[in-house]
Amino acid sequence: MNSPLDPTRTRPIVPPGTAFDPALFNETMRSFGHTGFLGIEYCAHGHNWIELALPWREDLVGDVETGVIASGPIVSLLDNATSMSVWAFRTTFNPQVTLDLRVDYVRAATPGKTVIGWAECYQLKRSMAFVRGIAHDGDVSDPVAQAAGIFIQVEAESWARMPEATA
Amino acid sequence: MTDASQSLADRLPPYARAMGMRIEGLLDGAPLLAMDYSDRAMGRPGYLHGGAIAGLLEIAAIMALHAALEEEDAKVRFKPVNISVEYLRGGVTVETFARGEVIRAGRRIANVRAEAWQADRTKPLASCWMNFLIKPKA
Repeated sequence: MNSPLDPTRTRPIVPPGTAFDPALFNETMRSFGHTGFLGIEYCAHGHNWIELALPWREDLVGDVETGVIASGPIVSLLDNATSMSVWAFRTTFNPQVTLDLRVDYVRAATPGKTVIGWAECYQLKRSMAFVRGIAHDGDVSDPVAQAAGIFIQVEAESWARMPEATA
Repeated sequence: MTDASQSLADRLPPYARAMGMRIEGLLDGAPLLAMDYSDRAMGRPGYLHGGAIAGLLEIAAIMALHAALEEEDAKVRFKPVNISVEYLRGGVTVETFARGEVIRAGRRIANVRAEAWQADRTKPLASCWMNFLIKPKA
């Protein structure tokens, strides 16, 4: 009941509309899948914003000459933070998918440093949520990346399912 | 695998290898990226994570640019300036492919588009455009 998702079941075990707990949600997502592989950590949240962290790791490097982390994990960090900011703003967990996401890579992340992903939902509509986010490695005024995106609400039944069902 | 695809495969960064991405040769003149389904690519249960799809698109775009620059590739470095991804369909738990298309590679900027698909290339999961800044190697 405490877990918003169960990877072994066909749908979220917490029904849409259940109160959203960002720390608990991230803890669950960290226990499997891509979020678990990247090791994304929960930091903080407010009424419409979320802050997560992505620790630097050698196997996430995108450029071996410099040791700079690949841009893919930064998109994943911002995708997670922006999507969670929507649920924070709604206050409830409702299935949604990413419609589009744009990321500007302002500068290379510093090798070895944890990347912080901060995101807010700045406008919430019945079916769409407008989000923006920022990634930095310690100083928010010196960002690594800036993101803008839109999430769209979907039916719970089509949101998550058993891997076996599609194999 | 041809020598050209092997030398591109050698350029796959640790992140791409950790995600199980590989080069399957060329498709219509550009490198074809493949990624087996694995738990580490999953987002919501049963579907690929949007960030994993974006990561595959980026690697496909980068590899397409390496291939398109040909002999210039050894003399320059390039870095991603931005990406815009549109998600078209949910990615399920099967192998995923991606291919980049260099729209223009100028002296300083390259514009690349990429698409990702699974069983049917005509039904893409996601597409993106990316811009790169090209600089001569110091």
